[in-house]
Amino acid sequence: MATTITEVPVFDLTREHFLRDMRRLAEKAAPAWLVKARAEGAANFADTVWPHSKMEEWRDTNIGALVDTEYYSMTTLPRHTLAAFDTSPHRIEGWINLVFVDGFFDAAISDTSDLPKGAVAGSLAAAIAGPAQDLVKRHLGSCLGARSAYTALNTAFIQDGPFLYVPQGVELDRPVHFLCIATERQENVVSHYRALLVLEAMAKATVAVTSVAMGAGENHFDNVVEEIVLGDGAALTHCAVIDAGTTGRRLCTTETRQGRDSRFDSYSITLGGAIVRNQMCVMLGEPGAETHLNGLYLNAAAALIDNNLHVTHAATNCTSRIAYKGVLDGASRSVFTGRVLVVRGAQKTDSMQLNNNLLLSDTARVESRPQLEIYADDVKCTHGSTVGPPPPEIVFYFRSRGVDEKTARGMLTYGFAEDLAGRIPDPALRRQLDGIIYRRFSPGING
Amino acid sequence: MLEICDLHASIAGKEILKGINLSVKEGEVHAIMGPNGSGKSTLAQVLAGHEAYEVDLEKSRVTFLGQDLLDLPAEERARLGLFLAFQYPVEIPGISNSYFLQASLNEIRKSRGLEELDAMDFDGLLQEKMKMVEIDPGFASRAVNAGFSGGEKKRNEILQLAVLEPRLAILDETDSGLDIDALRVVSEGVNRLRSPNRAFVLVTHYQRLLDYIVPDFVHVLYKGRIVKSGGRELALELEEKGYDWIKTEEDAGVPA
Ligand SMILES: Nc1ncnc2c1ncn2[C@@H]1O[C@H](COP(=O)(O)OP(=O)(O)OP(=O)(O)O)[C@@H](O)[C@H]1O
Ligand SMILES: [Mg+2]
Repeated sequence: MATTITEVPVFDLTREHFLRDMRRLAEKAAPAWLVKARAEGAANFADTVWPHSKMEEWRDTNIGALVDTEYYSMTTLPRHTLAAFDTSPHRIEGWINLVFVDGFFDAAISDTSDLPKGAVAGSLAAAIAGPAQDLVKRHLGSCLGARSAYTALNTAFIQDGPFLYVPQGVELDRPVHFLCIATERQENVVSHYRALLVLEAMAKATVAVTSVAMGAGENHFDNVVEEIVLGDGAALTHCAVIDAGTTGRRLCTTETRQGRDSRFDSYSITLGGAIVRNQMCVMLGEPGAETHLNGLYLNAAAALIDNNLHVTHAATNCTSRIAYKGVLDGASRSVFTGRVLVVRGAQKTDSMQLNNNLLLSDTARVESRPQLEIYADDVKCTHGSTVGPPPPEIVFYFRSRGVDEKTARGMLTYGFAEDLAGRIPDPALRRQLDGIIYRRFSPGING
Repeated sequence: MLEICDLHASIAGKEILKGINLSVKEGEVHAIMGPNGSGKSTLAQVLAGHEAYEVDLEKSRVTFLGQDLLDLPAEERARLGLFLAFQYPVEIPGISNSYFLQASLNEIRKSRGLEELDAMDFDGLLQEKMKMVEIDPGFASRAVNAGFSGGEKKRNEILQLAVLEPRLAILDETDSGLDIDALRVVSEGVNRLRSPNRAFVLVTHYQRLLDYIVPDFVHVLYKGRIVKSGGRELALELEEKGYDWIKTEEDAGVPA
């Protein structure tokens, strides 16, 4: 969507900081195609204004605080070692754990991987500098539509981030965990992660991307773009776990392009952050593709969590399922948008979406907006959404069994949230998330 | 153990219970019968502590094990040993039967100064009780009542009763919707739990339950009052003659 400048902004210090960082990055050596891609990102950035509430896509998502901050990009800061932090609680047992620190891969604290021949899991920077460069060149930017000033900004800063390549017909027997840590060792650090996951035809993999904040600084900002390419018949299970702490900010745009009969199973779990927006765009461009987007957001205090989903049915016989659940407490603000577009000719589309919200306080707010736009006639599309407190009759049932209201609500909230986490197929990750949810909601029960 | 004196309760401004008097002693089994809408479930829910009902505290007195029941919130009544098997048990998606019951049992144990059971010990207990009420062990990990058939829900209430071992159990139409095998299982469960220091109040429409669980007393509730009390033979009489004779008697004798 092209955006026109409606107001002439006063001098924009945030923008100036980013432009200065871009000039610094330009001094570093890079392949010509990457320099060109970044320059295009910079040009798009120059043409866009910061998202604001008059834009339909950002109507209820006030990210004004993002524009009021002067960020320090890691292109201008020395690399940080993680010696002071213990990453072990965040690693997933039995997985290949690959650790990124403030936007850059850290081999010293990552697992070495013995992947099948031809498969690569690691860092985008390494891929750009190595034999996989042609692959990166072919796919990078291939999924990304024009989205916002922030996605343009990310492109202008492409350096490093998670990278996965699985060749045709190969199945990864060990799942890959990209653990992205914001060290918060000083205030206002920005990381422009760029992730690229490519599964060739009939390839299969399970991936998790975890974003956590560790440290004392405040207001770190992850500005992430993730591109996912699934070849014909490929199958990817993708889990994103976001815990940006109490002051962290994160905008993430995930764009997935699916081949014929491919399958995408996504689990997006937001546990914390001051401002978190997960934009999840799926292009079902070939017949028979199937996408399952599951989400859970646990929103408390004064945080803003926005899940913005776009699924485009651009071919026949594709299936999409959206199931997002939210637990809303404190004075938190949540937004859920599920936009399903069925283009002309995309017959036999089968689409369902559900958004359920459990309201734990009188001051929490949620905007739940399923949006269907259908230009084909032989389709099956449904949607539903609920917002409400734990049903009083259920709370009374607990109380009639000796369990007080507070404990009952905790248990109910745990059950509501666990229902989503419980669907994650990998047992190690499921246990880890279940533990987090259990500790958060279930007080005083002897497990 | 339970003394109900002149209990008045209303909902949405409408008086439903209009002066109930009932005395239940340890070891006794009371059956409460009566036409639809007479207030049987209301009585059960009021005793369990449902706050939607407004109890007239000026008139009403209820003591349970020497305590003023109407003063206590629902959870404390349960901890004291009161149990209600619901006429319509609710479904609790996302919470397993065993997790629910373990939490419940431990709250009750805690309030009595007993040690909480850990998952292992509780599992053993649950298995044993499930066998007793002939519930498939798979139900332990299923969400409470979610997708259970009507009969399975009722049986699950009896399982909870068996695990929690209350002093007074009120069963609100636990026999409705049960097939003959389930009725046998439920009744056997109750009979096994009968003991000199445990009492039961059975709300039912059917004499056939009372063939299995023989009551000491039968009461007829009509328009918010207990209008007739007797022994087991009263249930047989009701079975034979229906409620019309009671209604006629009452409606003639009681000014509208
Ligand atoms: N929430 C409510 N608002 C208004 N009236 C109610 C409400 N709940 C119950 N009632 C009324 O109270 C009366 C007694 O209902 P109750 O459920 O106690 O009857 P019951 O004897 O258990 O009947 P049944 O044999 O059908 O189970 C009925 O007339 C019913 O319509
Ligand atoms: Mg009833």
